Amino acid sequence: MNPARQRAALLALNNVPLALFALALLAFGALAPSFLSPANLLNLLVQASATAIVATGATFVLLTAGVDLSVGAIMFVAAALSGKLLLAQGWSPPWVLAGMVLLSGLYGALNGFLVARLGLIAFIATLGTQYLGRGFGMWLTETRAMNLPESFTQLASLRWLGVPLPVVVAAVVIGLAHGLLMRTPLGRQVYAVGQDAAAARKAGINVPAVLWLVYAACGLCAGLGGAVALAQIGSVAPTFGMNREFSAIAAAVLGGTSLFGGRGRVWPGTAFGAVLIQAVENGLHNLNADPYLYPLVTGGIIFVAVLLDSVRSRLLSALGRRRIRPDEATAANP
Amino acid sequence: MSALLQFERITKRFGGVPVLRDITLALPAGVTLGLVGENGAGKSTLMNILGGNLRPDAGHMTWDGQPYAPSGPADAAAAGIAFVHQELNLFPNLSIAENLFLTRFPRRGRWPVIHRRALAAETNRWLREVGLAAPPDTPVERLSAGERQLVEIARALSSEPRLILFDEPTTSLSDRETRQFFTLLERLRARGLTMIYISHTLEDVLRLSDQVAVLRDGALVAHGPREQFDKDRLVTLMVGRRLDRLFPARQPTGGAARQPTAAEGAGAPGQAAPDSGKPEVASVLPQGVPLLEVRGLTRSGVVHDISFELHAGEVLGLFGLMGAGRSELAQILFGLEPFERGSIRVRGRPLASPQPTRCLREGVAFLTENRHEDGLALEASIADNLALVTLRRHARRGTGWLNRVTLADAVRGIREAVRLTPTARDAAPVRTLSGGNQQKVVLGKWLLAQPPVLILDEPTRGIDVGAKFEIYQLIVQRAEAGAGVLLISSELEELIGLCDRILVMRRGEQVDELRRAEFDRERILRAALHERSAA
Repeated sequence: MNPARQRAALLALNNVPLALFALALLAFGALAPSFLSPANLLNLLVQASATAIVATGATFVLLTAGVDLSVGAIMFVAAALSGKLLLAQGWSPPWVLAGMVLLSGLYGALNGFLVARLGLIAFIATLGTQYLGRGFGMWLTETRAMNLPESFTQLASLRWLGVPLPVVVAAVVIGLAHGLLMRTPLGRQVYAVGQDAAAARKAGINVPAVLWLVYAACGLCAGLGGAVALAQIGSVAPTFGMNREFSAIAAAVLGGTSLFGGRGRVWPGTAFGAVLIQAVENGLHNLNADPYLYPLVTGGIIFVAVLLDSVRSRLLSALGRRRIRPDEATAANP
Repeated sequence: MSALLQFERITKRFGGVPVLRDITLALPAGVTLGLVGENGAGKSTLMNILGGNLRPDAGHMTWDGQPYAPSGPADAAAAGIAFVHQELNLFPNLSIAENLFLTRFPRRGRWPVIHRRALAAETNRWLREVGLAAPPDTPVERLSAGERQLVEIARALSSEPRLILFDEPTTSLSDRETRQFFTLLERLRARGLTMIYISHTLEDVLRLSDQVAVLRDGALVAHGPREQFDKDRLVTLMVGRRLDRLFPARQPTGGAARQPTAAEGAGAPGQAAPDSGKPEVASVLPQGVPLLEVRGLTRSGVVHDISFELHAGEVLGLFGLMGAGRSELAQILFGLEPFERGSIRVRGRPLASPQPTRCLREGVAFLTENRHEDGLALEASIADNLALVTLRRHARRGTGWLNRVTLADAVRGIREAVRLTPTARDAAPVRTLSGGNQQKVVLGKWLLAQPPVLILDEPTRGIDVGAKFEIYQLIVQRAEAGAGVLLISSELEELIGLCDRILVMRRGEQVDELRRAEFDRERILRAALHERSAA
């Protein structure tokens, strides 16, 4: 392929997530008319907010070509601890929420320490902290489910200017993350580190500090997303947060964030990715599809997204290759 | 004139091999110094020492009268030294402006928020300076190679350095961009900026510099005002002659004699004059089917219309300066990179879309340029590395289990053949070996496969003289056993000492071909150096 055609293919690939999104909405809308009703669409956003918040954190890590497999476990630990504090200690919900988010941020910072300071491979380090978190949470809850008081669960049904609180929280997180990534020096350095960590070090960027912050931010988002999910579900089960890391990573990748680092955006990318995943589940539900089909369909979509990502990065590296002979590509191709 | 930068008896060795010997050089403020030398003459090493990437083994530098011993690139930047490297160090996923100001973004007051208007204005100022008409928020990946080079130059200028170093800045620029770049250099020179200009385009060096320095074999062989030099003198100074190098004698017509079935006489060197070490070519025209036949091989932007034949018993040299496309050609031949037009035939059979596994099956082996990254599994044992390519031959029929006895025999045999240091155990990690022994492991790995076509990319880089000689012997033995060897090297001496024929490449094109009788250092180097046709 000549460079011009490669560029065209790249442009098409970059817009595939958006096309997928439109396709899913139209398909489900055609199959189940109730899917496109305003009530159901709002419901879709509410359902997607927890995933979107967690996926925003995952995007930070993916942008540095890392991965955080512990977000589901972080959600579980934070939820288990807040259940304890609410039920056994009688803390009030705002304090519990604050504690939950703080703990999650610290947990993310631990990941950051392992990856940035000790130089562990992110995949292994966060797989380890995933087991650690699950185990700790099991020990805290004695593997029993805890039903939370209404003072906590009513938070999920609060509205602000008519918008459900979970959606408001998700919007604020996405807005802040977007601003941080696009408008601050630190944000732009995250992209540089993800593109080429060695070159970033040579350019004078404090690479460990960037990595450390990125994992801490991911933990923080996991805690916040966990709090939203917890208020919606109303109970801490041993499966709480299970496999959330996959839906978070899938949402980011569906939204165009590259697993190879350096490419992707929280807005619109990850936000749309999260809604897309939720739309598929919601749509299948509306169609009364066999629940065992859900993972098959979601898995298929994730597979396509990852495939597109690797095709795209191969094209990019072909375009970026150093040329020995200038001005020849156009001259030589009739 | 006081010296802004002074090198004082700088010496550097890599693994015992001296690459810089006693360099003493003073650069007065406001002067443009043209630095020339063949590949491996020591230019890059000297500049890496200046940039803080390497530390000299002996000697020191002074900067502005003060001792200067940078411990990293940050120190060089802080001193006011900027580099425009041949290889681009840009982040393609970021915009032009972000690449320029990545670690010193203009901020909105005390907030850590980028002041985008100020950023765009600052960037535009530097883009105007280098003559690049692109909006500052353009992602670098949308730019052509030439435009990226201009961004790199803008980045260097935007740090407002006192000394700026250009390493082959024009290789990816078009003629128009080059002319623009030269007027920029004139402006900078008029402003009194001190510059070091490294290039293989000697006309440019002579035109742009106030002083010229020539490096050869790590030593400074000439330094003076530009008026003392012309192109011929520079070429003569650059080539010189190395006397500490020995080459194994080529057995005249050896390959053909021992391999009566192989293509007769190929490029075999014919009758040798006994003591010249440079046998006369008995004008044997290649007969029979060549081992490797390349016709019109083209990949746009990389290599253009390459055609040659490699015959049994022949060592064919491929010379070119850095970035001439030699390694890229080898990668295409071994199926690591695609090509667009042309054909490759191995022993008469066309290789339409070569893949490394297919090439191996057809009998083509490729020793890569970088043994650490591509050639070796550094943590794996010597035995495992040696056996890697031929492992299948030791699988037992039926079960597929490895036959450890034949495997150990093969490893022992090849260790002796390449004369690997006997003190290292088979199980020792390759990492623990010296560079020369590591290279013998890579070569041994391929020799075990006994490939009819052996492509060697810089097989003696960074190894000591003794190991070099032993590798030369292995190459010659292989050719005499009837194989064809394509030898890529930056060392002209090496090619002249070993080859039957030399092809010269420049900018992805084949520009000259010399038979052994015609070998002439100056002619080869002249062909390899860039000519500037349009100016």
